[in-house]
Amino acid sequence: CPLVAAAAAMGALSLGWFALCLGVAVAVDRGNFKTCEQSAFCKRQRAMKAGQSPYRALLDTLELSDSRVTLQLINDNNKVHLLLELYRLQGNMTRVKINELKPLKPRFEVPDVLIADPPTEPLSVVSRDENGVVLSLGDEARRLIVSAQPFRLDIVEGPQVLLSLNSRGLLAFEHLRPRKDTEDDNQPGLWEETFKSHTDSKPNGPTSISLDFSLPGVEHVYGIPEHADNLKLKSTDGGDPYRLYNLDVFQYELYNPMALYGAVPVLLSHNAQRTMGIFWFNAAETWVDISSNTAGKTVFGKMLDYVQGASETPQTDIRWISESGIIDVFIMLGPKPADVFTQYASLTGTQSFPPLSALAYHQCRWNYNDQEDVRAVNQGFDEHDIPCDFIWLDIEHTDGKRYFTWDPSKFPKPLEMLQDLTDKRRKMVAIVDPHIKVDSGYKIHSELRSKNLYVKNKDGADYEGWCWPGNAGYPDFIRPDTRAWWASMFAYDQYEGSTENLYTWNDMNEPSVFNGPEVTMHKDAVHGAWEHRDLHNLYGFYVQMATAEGLIQRSEGKERPFVLTRAFFAGSQRYGAVWTGDNAAEWDHLKISIPMCLNLNLVGISFCGADVGGFFKSPSTELLVRWYQAGAYQPFFRAHAHMDTPRREPWLFGPENTALIREAILQRYALLPYWYQLFYHAYLTGQPIMRPLWVEYPGDASTFAMDDQYLLGRDLLVHPVTEEGARGITAYLPGQGEVWYDVHTFQKHNGAQNLYIPVTISSIPVFQHGGSIIPKKLRIRRSSSCMENDPYTFIVALSPQRTAEGELYIDDGHTFSYRTEKKFIHRRLTFANNTLTSRSDALFHFTLEISSE
Amino acid sequence: MQHNVNWLQALLVLSLSVTLGWTVEVQRPRGVPLTKRQFYDEAKPFTCLDGSRTIPFDRVNDDYCDCKDGSDEPGTAACPNGSFHCTNAGYRPTFIPSSRINDGICDCCDGTDEYNSGASCQNTCKELGRKEREALQKLAEITKEGFLLKQQLIEEAKKGQQEKQSRLSELQDSRKGHEDKVEALRTVKETAEQPEKEAKERHLKAWEEHKAALRLEKEKAKMAEVFLELDDNADGFVDVSELQTHQELDPDGDGTLTDTEAQGLLGGAHKVDSTEFMNMWSNMKEKYVSEVCPPTPSSYDSSHDEQKDSTSDKDQERDLDKDPDSVYPEDDLDEDAAGEDDEDDDDDDDHQVSLLFCIATPFIQPHHIFLSQQYICVCVYQRQYKIFMYTLSTVSSVCERERWCLLCNAALLPFSFRALEKEISFDFGPSSEFAYLYSQCYELTTNEYIYRLCPFNRVSQKPKYGGSETSLGSWGSWSGPEDNKYSVMKYEHGMGCWQGPNRSTTVKLTCGKETAVVSTSEPSRCEYLMEFTTPAVCLEPPNIDTQVHDEF
Repeated sequence: CPLVAAAAAMGALSLGWFALCLGVAVAVDRGNFKTCEQSAFCKRQRAMKAGQSPYRALLDTLELSDSRVTLQLINDNNKVHLLLELYRLQGNMTRVKINELKPLKPRFEVPDVLIADPPTEPLSVVSRDENGVVLSLGDEARRLIVSAQPFRLDIVEGPQVLLSLNSRGLLAFEHLRPRKDTEDDNQPGLWEETFKSHTDSKPNGPTSISLDFSLPGVEHVYGIPEHADNLKLKSTDGGDPYRLYNLDVFQYELYNPMALYGAVPVLLSHNAQRTMGIFWFNAAETWVDISSNTAGKTVFGKMLDYVQGASETPQTDIRWISESGIIDVFIMLGPKPADVFTQYASLTGTQSFPPLSALAYHQCRWNYNDQEDVRAVNQGFDEHDIPCDFIWLDIEHTDGKRYFTWDPSKFPKPLEMLQDLTDKRRKMVAIVDPHIKVDSGYKIHSELRSKNLYVKNKDGADYEGWCWPGNAGYPDFIRPDTRAWWASMFAYDQYEGSTENLYTWNDMNEPSVFNGPEVTMHKDAVHGAWEHRDLHNLYGFYVQMATAEGLIQRSEGKERPFVLTRAFFAGSQRYGAVWTGDNAAEWDHLKISIPMCLNLNLVGISFCGADVGGFFKSPSTELLVRWYQAGAYQPFFRAHAHMDTPRREPWLFGPENTALIREAILQRYALLPYWYQLFYHAYLTGQPIMRPLWVEYPGDASTFAMDDQYLLGRDLLVHPVTEEGARGITAYLPGQGEVWYDVHTFQKHNGAQNLYIPVTISSIPVFQHGGSIIPKKLRIRRSSSCMENDPYTFIVALSPQRTAEGELYIDDGHTFSYRTEKKFIHRRLTFANNTLTSRSDALFHFTLEISSE
Repeated sequence: MQHNVNWLQALLVLSLSVTLGWTVEVQRPRGVPLTKRQFYDEAKPFTCLDGSRTIPFDRVNDDYCDCKDGSDEPGTAACPNGSFHCTNAGYRPTFIPSSRINDGICDCCDGTDEYNSGASCQNTCKELGRKEREALQKLAEITKEGFLLKQQLIEEAKKGQQEKQSRLSELQDSRKGHEDKVEALRTVKETAEQPEKEAKERHLKAWEEHKAALRLEKEKAKMAEVFLELDDNADGFVDVSELQTHQELDPDGDGTLTDTEAQGLLGGAHKVDSTEFMNMWSNMKEKYVSEVCPPTPSSYDSSHDEQKDSTSDKDQERDLDKDPDSVYPEDDLDEDAAGEDDEDDDDDDDHQVSLLFCIATPFIQPHHIFLSQQYICVCVYQRQYKIFMYTLSTVSSVCERERWCLLCNAALLPFSFRALEKEISFDFGPSSEFAYLYSQCYELTTNEYIYRLCPFNRVSQKPKYGGSETSLGSWGSWSGPEDNKYSVMKYEHGMGCWQGPNRSTTVKLTCGKETAVVSTSEPSRCEYLMEFTTPAVCLEPPNIDTQVHDEF
């Protein structure tokens, strides 16, 4: 939900806000959010240019143990000592940590995100002299070279440099210091910083850190969501760096590096030979500069360089800048895309395996007004024979924005309403936001206050800010006891009117604070020993973690949770789904939903979707239909709309459009077995569900910047129509010597070609890879659980060698018994010699439809 | 309405099928309706109902879809486009999409759709049938009574329509007369002004000389105007009796303009034509007071006189204060009357200061402001202001001023005409059965708001506990489906919403004995839905024809 309606909702309480909000009604008000220039540490750090690093490695301090190498660094300008730790991690990863050797007080290190202490492998010294040390990273001639003066690190494989750290000398570590009122100390922005009307007291003074990475031979980098930008990251030369700082951005703009609701500080690099990843493990405000020696060049320029032989090796340079914490970097060395996903998953975990119904269609609106409205919408799906699994309730369902409650006049009998949905084997999601109305008569608030679980302000009192309910407190989710208490609030006897078919949506968990700096929490707010500054980007991660835990606990550990979040961090994939926030009913927003979800998928968060139809504004029927068609092929498929837009349930646009939307949703339901299997894989292996083409075709350079089409798993290629009035699209079918089949016509097309396909309003261009077997269910019913006992249909698409492979995964669709009791069926299917084989145990009735031309 | 009739008919069909269901138990494949029974003969191969294919009969309902039209699987969920027939003995038989067979949800009231899903379905058909019969009976009663009421409404509307029509033609006549007069004046004025302009351009040097002549011309024009004014019977002559309507011309000041005196003024003649009148004019022009303004054209009087129960000014004020108790028919003619009151109040001042008046006309609330040297005539027409402002300096003589006054009135006159015309032209339904709703208002109080519907006028919402009223739309159109246009009213262009559309309201009309707003909701932001009952939409109950006629 957006900021502005807040003002309207709070009415007379916040006339000032209203006035302000009216001013930003048209598009994002950039003035509300900092540029690098306005963020003191970013400005300070960015003012430092590449050059000779003042840091020197003190080689005689080197200590080698089984699991790590430690070494001191000294800054020759200020003589401050740093401690460098190097780890060789299992699975071809290197971890580099740099902290102050003796900080005045501990610096924040991110907890709870890594699923375990990453297992290490022994490092050994290969050679050593006064200039540096060479460490072995295992076989294959992979080495870590520590150069002493100036300090730098290079990771090499044979003669090839994979990446270098501090090669541009941008390592900077602002050490903790007592405040002295010297001239230096009184520089603006060091001990205090003001943005708009908000002053950030900085009791710890300057604490920022920075480090540069050079990637020789790399022209394509991806990741670091969330930004409303293309898949391939752009050079930030001459503009602002990409910013990672979870913010509630009202009516965000596209194609720029501004921060959005979530942050995953993971960057992937790719070229035809190798894919690597850099995980900058820091939860404070972070800026990422990207520059490339080829970025400014045109294709012609590059060719000219090539012809003239004057070309330098392409190289991309990355620089990370964070406001506090320590330098802690995981370098994932690939070499294949799948290896990087595995490596990252070994650190932060894999996608949670959702209940099957969460992969089906979700109908949301701010707001379904009352029980009668919910009843009518539920019935509408049956009347128009459109399947639907979930109906959602936004903030208006609560009693005065007190979460865990129901508006007594609009939703007087939630149990009855939920039973109505159960009767149709449908489910509901109700919103629970982390801002808690300050009201002594409200149980949630009074418990938080009496248990002293709220975040504190800099003066030690409970932090309070404005949000939907008016004055609100924010539970300190960083504390395990807060999370445990929060989770317990989802018990059926605590959350009155909840049942097992009620799931949860966490919105506004950046956290959004309407009257806070940049619409979020003050950085000098206090979480126990830490400042909010240190862990801002973790807040939403924890909210979803605690909520998911609550849903698990209420079923005594039996049922899988489903929780949607807007804010996220590295590791959020373990707790549920993410959506791209408050987008708009515009064609460009439809287009951007693909790269936004692709970048999230690349960094582990597979369960991604955008509001179908667009949240703000009202879509044309053509846009709405196209969005349903695109959304049906994205992992999280939910229609949502702003309160001020006209209703847009699928049947409100005439029989023709109803039929088009129904068809898109039917295609989704037919493919649910494939989706479910993809999620099972994502859960098992950490491989993304939505994949850029280069993930499966890493050597095909023409795919590296492609973000208008993608693969679902390995075997479906989707190229949604995202142009208004489109008559045709050009899809790129990869793979020399491979074939693809149009899933609607079964027409065969050769790989490695640009294929022009004429389209009509009913077209959803999707292709199945020759050589694959895709499971479907062709009996589509009103919800996914109505289909649980229905037969499967395998679509066998033959390779040029007339073979095909696939698999089938089946379990009960909603409990953890697949994990705890291994109750599932997972079969490999092979088609060869005109025979489909599988060790099927005849438990299921298979329908066979073989398509081979 | 249409729907209700279907129900009534269904009731008949229902009893028929119930009887059949009880007496004849016909064997047929699962999900096949009786009417299609003959196509499913166990002894023969089955031909898809679309004729596309013939299959062995054992492939009917074998849970595999063979026919494109789904007809081979009437009792399973195998075909995506199939349908299943629920017999529903005791209630209405129905078809459900075959995707609802064995999906664990009881769709047929006889439970026959869930024969293999483990769902235990109760047979609720008898109960449903009983409830439906009760509901239909109740509905039939309402329809019957409502339809009687409707006949009365139609009668009343007929009478009302006739009255209005005759009033309109009256108004039309007087308007015609008025317009002619204005036209004549305008011509005179233009002919007077045209040479003035031309002369100015062509003979700049000789300006002074011409000026005198022009003044004369002007004088003539005025005189011509007076002549027209005096010539009440428009015979081209001003006679003694016509002159006598201007007692102010009395030469001896005794207050009476006698025949002789009048004849004297006319140079001894009994009547004079316009040329002769020119010579006499100088005798009168000092004293002459135009009759055009302020006396009101008679047409206004005739119209508002009929409105005996017109709302007073005070009512209007109360109305503006949003007193929820005041039903305020915003009747055109009532407002006319209110304006008339205004005029009367100000009459005394009028003669002293020659204040210009706008005659109150329908939908117009006039406000007259006198500012020493200015005439301002503000006419409020549906909340939009029309301002006529003339300063004394541009209005050189009393008569010219009065001419303006006449023009001002002429400008306003069409409104009164149009208002009545509008009312008559309103689409009050095929037999004007909705005419009785005109100028009425109906309210519904909910938890938070008081909703008010004034049919053919506006819809509004007001917080129950203080706060200002919000317009939810003004009368737009009938907007029911083509075959039932008079079942839905649309009110549009209400107050704008933030970032959203202007508020609008859809009013759904259903048959009822009472005329009342029964529910309101806001299904989409700023798009309101009202349910309104009225006898005017009650359809003639087909099976109680005779009774209706009996009672008539």
